[in-house]
Amino acid sequence: MQANEIYERIKSKFEDAIVEFKADAIVEPYLEVKADRVKDVCEFLRDDPELAFDYLMCLSGVDYGNGTLGVVYHIYSMKHGHRFVLKVKVPIDNPVVQSVESIWKSANWHEREAYDMFGIIFEGHPDLRRILMPYDWPEGSYPLRKDFQVPEFYNGMKVPY
Amino acid sequence: MGLLDKRFETENIIITSVEDVLNWARLSSLWMMQFGLACCAIEMMAASASHFDIMRFGIIPRSSPRQADLMIVAGTVTLKMASRVKRLYEQMPDPKYVISMGSCANCGGPYWEHGYHVLKGVDRVIPVDVYVPGCPPRPEALLEGIIKLREKIRRESLVKKKLPPVYVEEK
Repeated sequence: MQANEIYERIKSKFEDAIVEFKADAIVEPYLEVKADRVKDVCEFLRDDPELAFDYLMCLSGVDYGNGTLGVVYHIYSMKHGHRFVLKVKVPIDNPVVQSVESIWKSANWHEREAYDMFGIIFEGHPDLRRILMPYDWPEGSYPLRKDFQVPEFYNGMKVPY
Repeated sequence: MGLLDKRFETENIIITSVEDVLNWARLSSLWMMQFGLACCAIEMMAASASHFDIMRFGIIPRSSPRQADLMIVAGTVTLKMASRVKRLYEQMPDPKYVISMGSCANCGGPYWEHGYHVLKGVDRVIPVDVYVPGCPPRPEALLEGIIKLREKIRRESLVKKKLPPVYVEEK
């Protein structure tokens, strides 16, 4: 199924959840949905027999630099061999996105990574804690954010060059 | 044993200085702390394998820091790992030597500016004897680092202070 067909199918069910569909986007078309509806949309994407997106290839965090954070979902259907890109944007001062961990288990660590690097809070995640950075890394310090400043010292070790 | 082969069968006496004997013993059996941190470890493994044969220098990998004399810091030292590297170093019995292998362990390497997670040189937590540059250094470079370390140990003295670090020059 092509991306615009997939979009039409989502639109028929979740018209209120859709923010934007970009068919002529560079590399791949994508669909942006609301952060508090992404779980419903994903559940439909997985369970609808025509779509059957059974595989979350990648879940990435993004900092767009203008006070907006984002999450990008690359999903694939093993059954039909088609793929789709889903995006979510949230403001940096309240970065809350619904967790899709209950839909695709692979989202568990991916969401922990996005939380660790960007501070995106995944609502409904069973174990949302840092995955790459040390557990004693300063609270509220997320290294891949655009406004991140390297701490002068970490455990007595000088960090900047 | 080369020159000394079969020379001890009759009663012979060898006269030398304690320093020379100790230094000779130390440089001839540098047991190595067996651990690697990143891609440099692959080159270190290649150096340990038959083609480069690191064992001909008396270097035997040991799995316990308590049996090791030499620590080869092969790879990127992250802030998370730095405290562990320091602890391993402290668990090694004296005399102990450190080879910093590769750009990351020397100075942070490619992570020197934007590496929020990388310690910019392992010498910020433990003293280094020999620096081997390269990204990663070829096994030959590591072997040269080991030869430099052996030369350094040969020059060591019981009473004089510790020798400064040695650098392997890039060819």
